[in-house]
Amino acid sequence: MSTLIDALYSALGTDVRSDGGQCPSTVLCCTVPGEKFAEAAGVLKKNYALLAAEWAADETPFGRGFSVFACYRWGKEYLIVRSELPADNPQFPSITPCYVPAYRFERQIRSLMGITPLGHPDPRPWIKFEDWPQDIFPLRKTYDAAKPVPRVQGEYQWARAEGEGIYEIPVGPVHAGIIEPGHFRFQAVGEMVVNLEERLGYVHKGIEKRFESLSWNDAVRLAGRVTGDTTVGHSIAYSMALESMTGCKVPERAHWIRALFLERERIANHLGDIGAICNDAAFAFALYQLSRLKELALRTNYSLFGHRFMMDKVVPGGVTVDVDITGADTILAELDIISRDFERMVVIYDENASLEDRVRDTGWLKPERARELCTVGFVARASGLNLDCRIFNPFPPYDQYHNIELAVPVKVTGDVHARVWVRVEEVRESIRIIRYILEHMPRGPITADPGKPLPDTAGFSAVEGWRGEIIYWLQAGPRGEVNRCMVRDPSSVNWLGLEQAIPNNIVPDFPLCNKSFNQSYSGHDL
Amino acid sequence: MIRILHQIFRTGIVTEPLPRAAEEEIKRVGAKLEEVIRKRFRRSLTIREVDAGSCNGCELEIHAINNPYYNCERFGIHFTASPRFADLLLVTGPVTRNMEIALRRTYNATPTPKLVVAVGDCGCNGGIFGESYASLGGIDKVIPVDVYIPGCPPAPVVLLNGILAAVDRDPREGK
Repeated sequence: MSTLIDALYSALGTDVRSDGGQCPSTVLCCTVPGEKFAEAAGVLKKNYALLAAEWAADETPFGRGFSVFACYRWGKEYLIVRSELPADNPQFPSITPCYVPAYRFERQIRSLMGITPLGHPDPRPWIKFEDWPQDIFPLRKTYDAAKPVPRVQGEYQWARAEGEGIYEIPVGPVHAGIIEPGHFRFQAVGEMVVNLEERLGYVHKGIEKRFESLSWNDAVRLAGRVTGDTTVGHSIAYSMALESMTGCKVPERAHWIRALFLERERIANHLGDIGAICNDAAFAFALYQLSRLKELALRTNYSLFGHRFMMDKVVPGGVTVDVDITGADTILAELDIISRDFERMVVIYDENASLEDRVRDTGWLKPERARELCTVGFVARASGLNLDCRIFNPFPPYDQYHNIELAVPVKVTGDVHARVWVRVEEVRESIRIIRYILEHMPRGPITADPGKPLPDTAGFSAVEGWRGEIIYWLQAGPRGEVNRCMVRDPSSVNWLGLEQAIPNNIVPDFPLCNKSFNQSYSGHDL
Repeated sequence: MIRILHQIFRTGIVTEPLPRAAEEEIKRVGAKLEEVIRKRFRRSLTIREVDAGSCNGCELEIHAINNPYYNCERFGIHFTASPRFADLLLVTGPVTRNMEIALRRTYNATPTPKLVVAVGDCGCNGGIFGESYASLGGIDKVIPVDVYIPGCPPAPVVLLNGILAAVDRDPREGK
């Protein structure tokens, strides 16, 4: 039995019902009455669980009402707590007072699914802007996604700060660089930021709704485009969630090739971002050097796998490309060059005093705050949280701890430098893991029949992409079709971290701090 | 400092180790581009990139044309922070409902004559996201487009080619 579910049973007793339809069997799901939803959160909080995700599903096709779900994580355990809600006037007690990251999840649930979190401190819509009619709920089954939405009058209430010398800087949605759109509003005194408020949702493309119109096997292409920079991570997470439902036995070699892709994606993104962070501190030399190394990696991807970002190479049941001996040699030779030049760049970074002056003590996300916000990925690891799905929820080869000896770098200072340094060490680790994979990869087939999920079952997966833990939760409808596909990119929680890291920094340091988080807009807005 | 200089000298000009085919293509594209830019834009083409709803994949490749291998600055192409200085808008899509107004405003803020290049399958026709309550589809649903660059995402060489196709057209005709 798991610690979390034991705690829940002892606190709520017979109110807790175990739920059979959830896959894989390692992820537990239990149902509690709607009015006990927040109480369950309180029990789990006392047991040190972190909130991983919160979402809702429209279960009217099954003849039920709605369901609201919260996924908690403690060490290696994932526990999903579910509450059934009536079809008319669905509402549930908000868990935001207990878990801060539920703040945006619940605003989103209210805006897109039309379920009211009672006691939520913020009534403003999220994703659904003020010029949308407030009574449309796109994620409900009765909603016709093809219909265009009229624009209505409305106003968004921003957080205000008043006082002598306080002024406001609105930034975005179209930003100065080649980046995604979002709006940031600063209140500042002189150069010092006193508050930052984010407004996201500009790139809401209706991805979760779109999933429901696709077949299980086609949907992996969409998963690969939730956020283009994490195409491998999302494809693996989607595929694993589906495979958990169908009972598909993925060939061992396919797992290893997926891990190879995942680590290559991590290296490419980390190289590009470390360079870009240095560039935002006016050290353009590092940007050009590291973007050169990133380009080398992308070209190898293209020559071996047929796509620079390895899009659509991971599919349910396995992978579409294999690596032969010459391919392995090409990768090893490329890694030698990347590793050699990367280490030279790390020394230059480390010895550069003017760079150090910018990156140290800047954009400080305190460890206790990082934990409170349930951040994930390198943002969490730079603020003292030892979290990594490759260890907590492993698939082969990561499950061979004794051989692979995955080291998870953790720093406690939580500043820009800590986030850079965690990523520096992750590049080193990934290079080492790739060498291990190429040496020990088992032989065999690379695809299997993905199969079809049974009606009214649910699948779950958590995969460590380069930004952090990616979660997918899939639900099969009454005819075995896609009823709901919940996507939780690491950005959904980590954006809150940026908001907390900015106050008390000077305005010109914002681009530097933002780059050091580099969260996805598309992955958050969906 | 000595290490930085060392690394610069060691690295040299990185266009050299390019694979042969790619190198020829870049040079061909580059030389023609340079000529057109010299003639039409007095040696400088200024681009404002607008993400109107992309998944960030196209942005990665637009970043890549700035890297030392493709080095678009050598052809006089550079990216600007404001549409007010731009000759060309490089727009990725699909256009989301929530970005429609911002895209129109950016277009209106760009001085004429202006060029619009739609990037990626989604920028061309909405791609996998299609048209829905949240996505309006391709860029030309919202603003006039001069050139389309398909691909998911289009490779850097393809992007340079597309920009060439755009500036090769006279911006004052056919709008």
